[in-house]
Amino acid sequence: MRKFGKALLFAVLLGLTLLICYPVWVVLTGAFSSQWELEANLSPVFTNAEGMAVWSALPAAPTLQSLVEVLLDSPGFFTMFWNSAVISLGILAGQLLIAVPAAWALARFPLRGKKAILTIYIVLMLMPFQVLMFPQYLVLRGFGLLDTLGAVILPAIFSTFPVFILHRFFLAIPQQVLEAARLDGAGELRIFCQIAIPLGAPGILSVGILTFLDSWNMIEQPMTYLKTKTLWPLSLFLPEIGIGDMGMGFAASLLMLVPALLLFLGCQEYLEQGIALSGGKD
Amino acid sequence: MRKRKLPRPNVRQTVITWAFLLPNLLGVLCFALLPMLQVLAGSFRNTISGKWMGFQNFLAVLKNPAFRIAVSNTARFTAVCIPLLIVLSLALAVVLWAIARVGGTLRSAFLMPMAVPAASVVLVWKVLFHEKGLINGSLLVLGGSGVDWMGSGAAFWMLVISYLWKNLGYTMVLWTAGLTAIPDSVYEAAQMDGANTWQTFLYITLPNLRTTGYSITVLSLLNSFKVFREAWLVAGDYPDESMYLLQHLYNNWFRELDFDKIAAASVMTSAVVFILIGFLRKAWDKEE
Repeated sequence: MRKFGKALLFAVLLGLTLLICYPVWVVLTGAFSSQWELEANLSPVFTNAEGMAVWSALPAAPTLQSLVEVLLDSPGFFTMFWNSAVISLGILAGQLLIAVPAAWALARFPLRGKKAILTIYIVLMLMPFQVLMFPQYLVLRGFGLLDTLGAVILPAIFSTFPVFILHRFFLAIPQQVLEAARLDGAGELRIFCQIAIPLGAPGILSVGILTFLDSWNMIEQPMTYLKTKTLWPLSLFLPEIGIGDMGMGFAASLLMLVPALLLFLGCQEYLEQGIALSGGKD
Repeated sequence: MRKRKLPRPNVRQTVITWAFLLPNLLGVLCFALLPMLQVLAGSFRNTISGKWMGFQNFLAVLKNPAFRIAVSNTARFTAVCIPLLIVLSLALAVVLWAIARVGGTLRSAFLMPMAVPAASVVLVWKVLFHEKGLINGSLLVLGGSGVDWMGSGAAFWMLVISYLWKNLGYTMVLWTAGLTAIPDSVYEAAQMDGANTWQTFLYITLPNLRTTGYSITVLSLLNSFKVFREAWLVAGDYPDESMYLLQHLYNNWFRELDFDKIAAASVMTSAVVFILIGFLRKAWDKEE
């Protein structure tokens, strides 16, 4: 009976896992299928043909055609991929430069009103975008930044989420290390560069991953602040693909998925640490 | 936080502190805090003429039929999703924790959706949830009947499924962090007393996870706003009425430049979020 129960549990878990992974599998196989096969399988969905859509677990005749087409023959895709990259990397670089020192100051420097600042940061970190959308729009309009990539990048650089999480990471560095360095006559800047950054590196990494995944996936901000289509990131371009470009659609989806997925597989450990800290546990 | 005698701040230290903090603080003030306060002040006025309106903007929002639909849908969505998410993710966390060896690999699979950009699965969602799509196809094979996922009340359930798919792993990691914090000695003591698995779970695991659960509830509520990405990608600006959320409404008002309503609605939403955060802080303070 016990053994049976265990087997059942595993079967359920395995089934659930497959279900969870299925959408990614569809993207993967779709990208390697031919346009012809996709149309044959999916025409009930996209052209309202008779019958039901089907999906082959593996493409009947795997081909690189769609991927090649997207990579070589569609300048539009490149522009959008580039925009997505500029947005994500811009945000990442800005946060590294500005949020990391701020987090260190909040964690380690004597400062009156520190608690008040942290409280405000937590509140802002948890506000949904829809609340900030209109206020931010007014500022960006004031600065003349609307319809530039800056409108998406700048507000995100000053997101308070990385500061809050990094501050928790930095608090965990033992005081003795810092005191020893100060006794040796190290200045604050040197302590920051040679102790805070190396010892806080796992924290910086996990915040960086969370930031990248979120900005790579950004939809609301570019949708609200960017009108010119050549400035759009991939996330706004993909939903516009129709049946005629099915193969291209799946190939582009895969190319968008790959950076995020690789990062996830390579750094899952750090990602989990970052998530755990965002839940308020040490 | 530990109370520790900090060195008396001198001028030099003060300058250094502000050099580290100020760039960030200024940005936060300029891109978030001050604009929010400005909108708060502006919500009592007419955005165009600047005339004092009192609470009229707020009343206009509260009376708006679309707003009522959106609020009731958002509330319904939250009431269904959050309990489902919390119970499912806790069950998963506990089970995977118990079978630690295989659990690691399976955990990756459950966490993966959080890395998947919503836009890259929008085609898949369309293929899955279409009236003649893959889900209905499977339902037919299993002897059931198809559901019109996009054009009927079932659209709401499509949203629920998307939300669970995206957040199950994330929430499970939060639970797991809570589980790790329970000392082994407590479990050993229970084993000595002859407690069985269920008793251990009910009387040791659950009570120890109370604060974690509290944080998770609030965080999930706040994260539930992000389901708009999936909703918008699949169904656009005007989806089936059953999944018309506050986020759709704000976007549509924004596009129609109905700034009076937007300002009032932003203020009201901030107030609700503010209260939720108050609860979260309480949970965190209890922990310390």
